Amino acid sequence: MPKVKLPRKSTAVDMTAMCDVAFLLLSFFILTTKFKPAEALAVTTPKSVSTNPAEQKNVVLITMDSKGKVYFSVSDDAMEEKQTIIDEVNQQKALNLSDAEKKSFMRSGSYIGVPFSQMKSFLSMTPDQWSKLDKPGIPIDSANNELQVWMRAANSAFQGSKMNLLIKGDNEAKYPSFKGVIDALKRNDMFKFQMITDPEGAPPGTALYERLNGPTQPAAKQ
Amino acid sequence: MAEMDTSGGGGHHKKGPGVKKGKKLSTRVDLTPMVDLGFLLITFFIFTTTMSQPTAMKLILPKDTEKPEEQNKVKESGALSLLLGKNNGVYYYEGTLLPDGSNFKSTNYKEIRNVIIDKKKRTKPDDFVVVIKPGPDATYKNTVDILDEMTINEVKRYAMVDLFPIERQMMVATEGGGPMPAVPAAAPAAAPAAGQ
Repeated sequence: MPKVKLPRKSTAVDMTAMCDVAFLLLSFFILTTKFKPAEALAVTTPKSVSTNPAEQKNVVLITMDSKGKVYFSVSDDAMEEKQTIIDEVNQQKALNLSDAEKKSFMRSGSYIGVPFSQMKSFLSMTPDQWSKLDKPGIPIDSANNELQVWMRAANSAFQGSKMNLLIKGDNEAKYPSFKGVIDALKRNDMFKFQMITDPEGAPPGTALYERLNGPTQPAAKQ
Repeated sequence: MAEMDTSGGGGHHKKGPGVKKGKKLSTRVDLTPMVDLGFLLITFFIFTTTMSQPTAMKLILPKDTEKPEEQNKVKESGALSLLLGKNNGVYYYEGTLLPDGSNFKSTNYKEIRNVIIDKKKRTKPDDFVVVIKPGPDATYKNTVDILDEMTINEVKRYAMVDLFPIERQMMVATEGGGPMPAVPAAAPAAAPAAGQ
């Protein structure tokens, strides 16, 4: 009986195509994504159907973490305003901050998460110590609303330039802390603000969905 | 790599005079390491970057006013009050809260849309107002969800108001946090939603 000889096939596969795919995907990800900004405060924002992107410049950000503690920060491009804010608060509350301590607020990604009584020691710490510290947050009770002082300082520092007031709250934050923040804003006559959310599609069958995706006859009439 | 050929003369000294052609090398390169590298970079970029830009939801607050003549009046027939309780519970009533609490209903965040749509259909557009009253146990997510619901259902007029003590008692009672409180008959009269 003659033996059927199967030709031995090489196990080496041509990798060119796979290489193409890999680099195509790589270039896609590089082009469409943005580096995650280093976040000192971990916050999971709720979702909303809003589609306008959050502002990135001249931002005054109020953060509420999952325990409802409130933090205050200013974006890095508004350096002059940041300086004005810390100077004004220092003067107003007689905090006796040294230049080095003020610098600590000036550095990138800084935030305030303590009452005025602890400001001096808080600002003399390094960012590593900040993240380990059990921060009490800025008091926002109606009797002692320190955020109000910060907002007043921010308001006067941003006079003449547009301030983007953003609120970034965690899903789990309770309403009273949000109310405290709103109160601080209202007392400074600041009625316009934006809340940072994650995008979400409009649910089908609702009025908004119909407006966005509905029949386009009204537009054709014009 | 760092070595230099210093032999001077021709580079073919090893080969015989008749052998001019070198061995024909294949032009095929093993691309496996390159694929490895590619996928490694992809993984790196997926983990370190964000795809979606955060969006922002605009909220414009009204100015607080103490003077009753400057306050917005709400027609009772067009008012829908949404009360946000703990554990993602929503309570609602139309118009004013009845003394016996019979129009105080409980629902959840999925069903509330139908309640809003239903009320919107039954009311004249000019009269329709939603009053949002987040309780102390409502989360920020609940508040944003409800405000989002206003956008989704295109509710033009809505207000965020604090809970009245009576409503809070009703909520606590419904949540099973305590005994049902006695409802004073005069309480609903204090509700500003009872304007003309």
